Amino acid sequence: MIEVSDLHKQFGSVVAVDGVSFRAKDGIITGLLGPNGAGKTTTLRCLYTLMRPDRGGVRVDGIDAIADPGAVRRRLGVLPDARGLYKRLTARENIAYFGRLHGLDEATIATRSAATIAALGMAEFADRRAEGFSQGQRVKTAIARALIHDPTNVILDEPTNGLDVMATRAMRDFLRNLRADGRCVLFSSHIMQEVAALCDRIVVIAHGRVVADESPDALREQTGEANLEDAFVRLIGTDEGLAA
Amino acid sequence: MRSIVTVFAKELKDSLRDRRTVINTLVTGPLLAPLLFVLLINTVVTRELEKGEKPMVLPVAGAQYAPNLVAALHQADVKIEPAPADPERAVREQDADVVLRITPHFADAWNKGQTAQVEVIYDESQSDSRSAARRLHALLDGLSARTGALRLVARGLSPSLQQPIVVAERDQSTPQSRSGVLFAMLPYFFIIGAFIGGMAIAIDTTAGERERQSLEPLLVNPVPRWKILAGKLATTTAFALATVLLSVLAFAVVGHLMPTDRIGMTLDIGVTFVVRTLVVMLPLAALIASVQTLVAAFAKSYREAQTYVSLLMLVPIVPVLLLSFLPYKAQLWMYAVPLMGQQVVIARLVRGDAVPAVALAACFVCTALVAIVACVVTARIYRSERLAISA
Repeated sequence: MIEVSDLHKQFGSVVAVDGVSFRAKDGIITGLLGPNGAGKTTTLRCLYTLMRPDRGGVRVDGIDAIADPGAVRRRLGVLPDARGLYKRLTARENIAYFGRLHGLDEATIATRSAATIAALGMAEFADRRAEGFSQGQRVKTAIARALIHDPTNVILDEPTNGLDVMATRAMRDFLRNLRADGRCVLFSSHIMQEVAALCDRIVVIAHGRVVADESPDALREQTGEANLEDAFVRLIGTDEGLAA
Repeated sequence: MRSIVTVFAKELKDSLRDRRTVINTLVTGPLLAPLLFVLLINTVVTRELEKGEKPMVLPVAGAQYAPNLVAALHQADVKIEPAPADPERAVREQDADVVLRITPHFADAWNKGQTAQVEVIYDESQSDSRSAARRLHALLDGLSARTGALRLVARGLSPSLQQPIVVAERDQSTPQSRSGVLFAMLPYFFIIGAFIGGMAIAIDTTAGERERQSLEPLLVNPVPRWKILAGKLATTTAFALATVLLSVLAFAVVGHLMPTDRIGMTLDIGVTFVVRTLVVMLPLAALIASVQTLVAAFAKSYREAQTYVSLLMLVPIVPVLLLSFLPYKAQLWMYAVPLMGQQVVIARLVRGDAVPAVALAACFVCTALVAIVACVVTARIYRSERLAISA
């Protein structure tokens, strides 16, 4: 479970996050939807302790992220916006590196990576060097290494960015499987279809604030719009920066 | 500790798989300088020695005025040739190394027992001409002294009257210490070797990692940043030291390939030399790695990091080159200054002089302390939020 309360983050005079609060529960998929530049990535970076919020708190499974960032990181699996691989290492070596950094022993790393490689359909390229991987192969490897330590909470920043239709569908199935395992899944997107297709709960962010935090049905009801797209546009006040 | 080793092992494997880095740091870097050295010195020495052994060719103007002198030169294995029309011009244009001119008054003065003058036309700025003139000058001096002695004897006087003082030189240099002059650049090559060896890795593990978008995911792992940095610094230091070691070994081999013994020098790089050099270079390699990492971590991009780190290489050039060519007497404080200490220690080792244990210790400890400070500063910078974000 991830709880965010009254998060503030400013870069110079630019206010990126201005009082964001929400809760992402275990066993459901929470979507962070907002136009480009709304503060999604900054919010997530504060969540996975890469950045320190100016104000407000983050708790993961009840642990304070500012007081004990190490414990929080152990409970998080993160696919950040930056998802570069080590090109001279194979996919499997990339995954194992992160496993070792999590302090896992070699046997655990071997069994877990074998399982993830099977689950993500990576067998065909797992032992090739990452140089020349397709976008889809890269994202799969990045996800596999983020989940090597079997975290209960999974944060993904725009996971389907740059993926083709097939890869996107596979990604959705994968996220649903994570939910079925009872994990807390939080992902950000600026693509409405995606959020609508996947999420049990939608947190809409605009200009660094939460403008809605509802289930998809409740959102439609609240705005009085029959389809989600119109509901979002109404919430955000503009359709700029959103993709259908 | 385990996570430091993990980062170190990964960076090592990653870098060793990068062919360009390996070639630059482990092949070109350490081997280029010794190769240049061996080529240069071989050519120069061989040429000089060959010239010394070959009979000298000497154009003489006015040979007819001093047949006895010419005959004496001929006996001394000098090949006499007719002089060019304009000797000065011929020497300036490098058509002749040296020309001897004998004036019509020579015979007259010679026969009267007066001092007779000959002219040696040469060009001091040309090494070929300069050495030929020296050789000729020495020959003529010898002839002059012999003739003078004969004249004194003919008058019933002892030739020693002519030479009230005789100098006996007692040269304290050894073949090895003489080579210190020739190999004054050696410490410089080793120090630059450490810079070259660390450069690519320092950039690759910081600015490069950020540019390839893998720094952010790396920092999300539950490992304190300073440990990640420590692993990266260890890799950079290892590469820098490897370059230095290869460079030392290359010079050890090259020392045997160069015809230094023929010019009365030896370059003896043995086990003691290698071990001591590595001992004093170890903390310096760590210091260099840390400063390079600091500079590279600040840079916005890989290219920018390359520029900064290359500029950093200029820092040691001035003091190290000054110390290579200016005469100085080693003082204890000199050993304690990073860069200078290594320079002084290696220069003494090259000359075959002993380096006191206290000096070695001072060099190691002081550089190590500075290196630790540099690492701590770098670790602090590394904690900055801005560092992780690949904009």
